[in-house]
Amino acid sequence: MSDVQGLKCRECGAVLPVGPRAICEECFGPLEVTYDYEGIRRRLDRDALQSRPRSMWRYRELLPIDGDDILGAEVGFTPLVRADRLATQLGVRALYIKNDAVNFPTLSFKDRVVSVALTKAREFGMTTVGCASTGNLANAVAAQGVRHGFDTCILVPHDLEEAKILGTTVFGARLVGVRGDYDQVNRLCSQIADRFGWGLVNVNLRPFYGEGSKTVGYEIAEQLGWRLPAHLVCCMAGGSLITKIAKAFDELKMFGWVEDAATRFHGAQAAGCNPIVTAVKDGSGEIKPVKANTIARSLAIGNPADGYYAARTIRESGGAAEDVTDAEIVDGIRLLASTEGIFTETAGGVTVAVARKLIAAGRIPRSEPIVLVITGNGLKTIDALQPTARPYPVIEPRLEAFEAAVGAEAASSISSTVASSSTFSPGAAPSGAPGAGRSSWQSR
Amino acid sequence: MAIQVRIPSVLRRQTNGEDMVLLDGVTLGEVLDGLEARYEGLRGKLRGPQGEIRRFVNIYINDEDIRLLSGPTTPVADGDEVTIIPAVAGG
Repeated sequence: MSDVQGLKCRECGAVLPVGPRAICEECFGPLEVTYDYEGIRRRLDRDALQSRPRSMWRYRELLPIDGDDILGAEVGFTPLVRADRLATQLGVRALYIKNDAVNFPTLSFKDRVVSVALTKAREFGMTTVGCASTGNLANAVAAQGVRHGFDTCILVPHDLEEAKILGTTVFGARLVGVRGDYDQVNRLCSQIADRFGWGLVNVNLRPFYGEGSKTVGYEIAEQLGWRLPAHLVCCMAGGSLITKIAKAFDELKMFGWVEDAATRFHGAQAAGCNPIVTAVKDGSGEIKPVKANTIARSLAIGNPADGYYAARTIRESGGAAEDVTDAEIVDGIRLLASTEGIFTETAGGVTVAVARKLIAAGRIPRSEPIVLVITGNGLKTIDALQPTARPYPVIEPRLEAFEAAVGAEAASSISSTVASSSTFSPGAAPSGAPGAGRSSWQSR
Repeated sequence: MAIQVRIPSVLRRQTNGEDMVLLDGVTLGEVLDGLEARYEGLRGKLRGPQGEIRRFVNIYINDEDIRLLSGPTTPVADGDEVTIIPAVAGG
């Protein structure tokens, strides 16, 4: 049975029945799924979750579906990694990475929202699904749409990164490139949804799609041992994700599953596309659209639909919003990769670089636990790194050539590795080591 | 010639199903006045009590967001296309 009550306008409060609609007919405000929280609380026990499969669907009562036919039952429950080496670099005490760069099946958090949207599209009897996308959503709709037998139609800006184009067409999905930026693609998609009656996941399935993002929040809380972090840093494109993580935390507090701790939400954008950061900083909270120009293509939304709510979430939580340059984004990617072995895309570089900036500015205190939400995989945006790729020697397959090229440097580093490992004691092991970090955050 | 106004499906109940309306006006605000005069049901949906365009209503003149132009005071000319579109989520 379903715990979904209906769709409620976030602006005027009008209530509509569940259906493939996203917009209030009274005031154009976005519709939001409402639940029978009392019913859920009565029937769902936090401890009962432990025996469920480790996927985002372990929280299914808190997702807006009516049936039992779940599409994408394997999606989610990505690692929460204690990042001590990065913490040392940033000068903070406790830092965690929520690593959706390894989400299933297409290596971004968009797999979550698409799993919910397609489950809903099937419930609505739709046979064609699609989206307007900056890339990651295209990949997710293509893979899961094809796998679950939908016809697909995916629209993207024509000049997207090659990996994101290939990561859509390889599945045999129908891709249409549009000569324009994401905001123009978006507008076209809205008209297509009007005319064709397809399930466009971020258009007419948007209220359901967005709820999938809440699972990032549930997982963070559960993986922290049912605690909430003092700070959370999240990149922003359309602005939905940060509001949905906040919603997830609020629901968990309402259920009494976590202590009533206040999390400060910090929003991250690229300097070349920062309308939400501007709305927070100028105090207006109102979004003024911009023309996007940044290497963080997945965040290049100049007119973010949920920007108003994202700005409000940040301000009400006491958090900050900040933006970073393209050079800082690349530094952020390298910093996360070289400290934690996690290769994120440009959007993740934005998150890391903004976290660094906010910590340096004292906006995030060094002593309080921080979670960085890493939303996508670096292999999709290697173009951003190539101009600064690290040079490396290429040699003939002979030991002499190796010694000449690497020789003394390699020999000295080998001997230092041997020396340091011989003095390693288990008690002093950094919790970045396998197992060590995990047990330390679970027992906190 | 006149100004073409494209109506999204969510508002077509108020326009008797019309998806395109031809109107006159010198500014966008005048075009919207004309639209509301023709279809009373639209009054209050696009603009709030103070006449401000509602937060989640996106209006474009040809291909440009009016918030990047001059809002309701943006001049319009014969042959221009005004498109009204609800906000869409990110991707």
